[in-house]
Amino acid sequence: MSIYLNSESKVIVQGITGGEGTKHTALMLKAGTQVVGGVNARKAGTTVSHTDASGAAVELPVFGSVKEAMEATGADVSVAFVPPAFTKDACLEAIDAGIGLLVVITEGVPVQDTAEVFAYLEGKSTRMIGPNCPGIITPGEALAGITPATIAGKGPVGLVSKSGTLTYQMMFELRDFGFSTAIGIGGDPVIGTTHIDALAAFEADPDTEAIVMIGEIGGDAEERAADYIKANVTKPVVGYVAGFTAPEGKTMGHAGAIVSGSSGTAQAKKEALEAAGVKVGKTPSETARLMREILQAR
Amino acid sequence: MDLMEYQAKELFAAHGVPVTAGVVATTPEEARAAAEQLGVVVVKAQVKAGGRGKAGGVKLARTPEEAEQHASAILGMEIKGLTVHRVLIAPAASIEEEYYFSFLLDRANRRYLCIASVEGGVEIEEVAQTNPDAVKQIPIDPGTGVDEAKAREIVAEAAFPEALRDQAVQTVLALWQVFVSEDATLVEVNPLARLAGDKLEALDGKVSLDDNADFRHETHAQFEDESSADPLEAKAKEKGLNYVKLDGSVGIIGNGAGLVMSTLDVVAYAGEAHGGVTPANFLDIGGGASAQVMADGLDVILNDAQVKSVFVNVFGGITSCDAVANGIVGALDILGDDATKPLVVRLDGNNVDEGRRILDERNHPLVTLVDTMDGAADKAAELAHAAK
Repeated sequence: MSIYLNSESKVIVQGITGGEGTKHTALMLKAGTQVVGGVNARKAGTTVSHTDASGAAVELPVFGSVKEAMEATGADVSVAFVPPAFTKDACLEAIDAGIGLLVVITEGVPVQDTAEVFAYLEGKSTRMIGPNCPGIITPGEALAGITPATIAGKGPVGLVSKSGTLTYQMMFELRDFGFSTAIGIGGDPVIGTTHIDALAAFEADPDTEAIVMIGEIGGDAEERAADYIKANVTKPVVGYVAGFTAPEGKTMGHAGAIVSGSSGTAQAKKEALEAAGVKVGKTPSETARLMREILQAR
Repeated sequence: MDLMEYQAKELFAAHGVPVTAGVVATTPEEARAAAEQLGVVVVKAQVKAGGRGKAGGVKLARTPEEAEQHASAILGMEIKGLTVHRVLIAPAASIEEEYYFSFLLDRANRRYLCIASVEGGVEIEEVAQTNPDAVKQIPIDPGTGVDEAKAREIVAEAAFPEALRDQAVQTVLALWQVFVSEDATLVEVNPLARLAGDKLEALDGKVSLDDNADFRHETHAQFEDESSADPLEAKAKEKGLNYVKLDGSVGIIGNGAGLVMSTLDVVAYAGEAHGGVTPANFLDIGGGASAQVMADGLDVILNDAQVKSVFVNVFGGITSCDAVANGIVGALDILGDDATKPLVVRLDGNNVDEGRRILDERNHPLVTLVDTMDGAADKAAELAHAAK
């Protein structure tokens, strides 16, 4: 078991013929993912050449729309590598087609576009992850996104993080234990899947024994996650928040990482998490050590 | 990007929000000349910070001489660390009542929010504390937005005075246009004032624009405030680097915003044992980490006179560590004798052995390779402290 993504998942790539789409389609295949095709309206009817995990050559069909791709291949996951200006339309198309999981890797999407897409998701069957995220990996089974598949294997830890490289760093720190699923939800102000969504899914997943949650300054998602953990999560949770020493009022890369006033600071988030019984590390290595202690005490 | 008041008012005027244009002055003489035209004026510091009035950056001037004196005092003043380079000379208005109005992105609920209060004005935060019922919060669905019916609902909910309702509806619709068609994350009017003759007018304005949407707003580039940007930040921006100048002495380069923020923390903790040294900057070189990007990044950091050591912290994800190592070596070659400060490098992840081998083989006198993030932070802090 795992969350959202497994070896049965059939993945299509929106933007499969572009530079990023081509590179990461190859890496997803190499990680064992069932990539079954892609979408590019201007190149519909063509194919793209890749090799699968066993090294065998595969020709992946390019479709004119997500709907056609789903009908022809039975795909239930789409990974979007489309430029920011076209991301909203790509998402609306995938949602209209009824895709089960939509992973939006694109960085730099206008937040009003994402807000519109999120409003459109209401009452639909699609779960969106991202935008501006590394996606999701269920080690040994499938990768929908850009997380390096070689960092860590399968194991008992569920990981949810706003940041891509901190996801990789934490997987690296705990590579000897491994992960049920690791999901990078993205650092934008509006995202499809939140810490709380992932915590709920990990709580329900029998293969996840403990959860690492990584946040960063800005917004109040970590505080709300803390409330959720207190009320609903029985599995041990270890937390890390980046940005303790970031000065107030400076934006540090992620649109979401803006500190304004006292709320949204790393300290406030740490205190909220600790009040919910979450052990919070000051650094990635300390966080990994806290998780290690929990796993060794099993 | 946050706009200054006069810039926000330009956008307001373009979308039909009632404002009175003032004159932007950069010298006391210009302020005096403007006041000669406008009569009784308010001299208002133009900086991207709140609390300008409380900091003494907003003054009433009854005569052109007074306008000149106030401008002379306000220009060059520091408000929340920002130097005032211009003042807005705005005609003084006869205010009967002050209201508060804003549209903003509601991150927590992933939609938009309208906040309106007829008991607002400048002390809105106090009103929100003492009488929260007087501050109405009306959710806006990003899918449907604000049409005339929704604008009427907002105006009724906020209980704008009967005599102003039609004007208020039109103003709400115009402010909504500012919010959506300019890709704003905040449009705030405080105060929205009832002037003599039941005229509604935006006397101040705060607008934050979404930088991600710049590609569809060619006109937004004009709002960049080069005069107040740190020279190193300006240089980094020119090279497309995500850089923020801080006060410390350990230069930081890393890949990914989260990892770099985490690096700042780890260095600050390590610094506690080394004379309290802290990070000199935030610099995220992104996934790519080519030799050129690394050279550009190092060039910016090594030009910061406060920097005594540099910590390069890279986790090779998609980018492999050998490419990063080649980037560092290439950057040092490009910089040549300009590279004079010690570099502590920590590489992990994809193809790390090859990356470390490249750096070992080059054996550059300035480069120290350390295996872990914590160890490297400690080394960088130690070197920065020793150089003081």
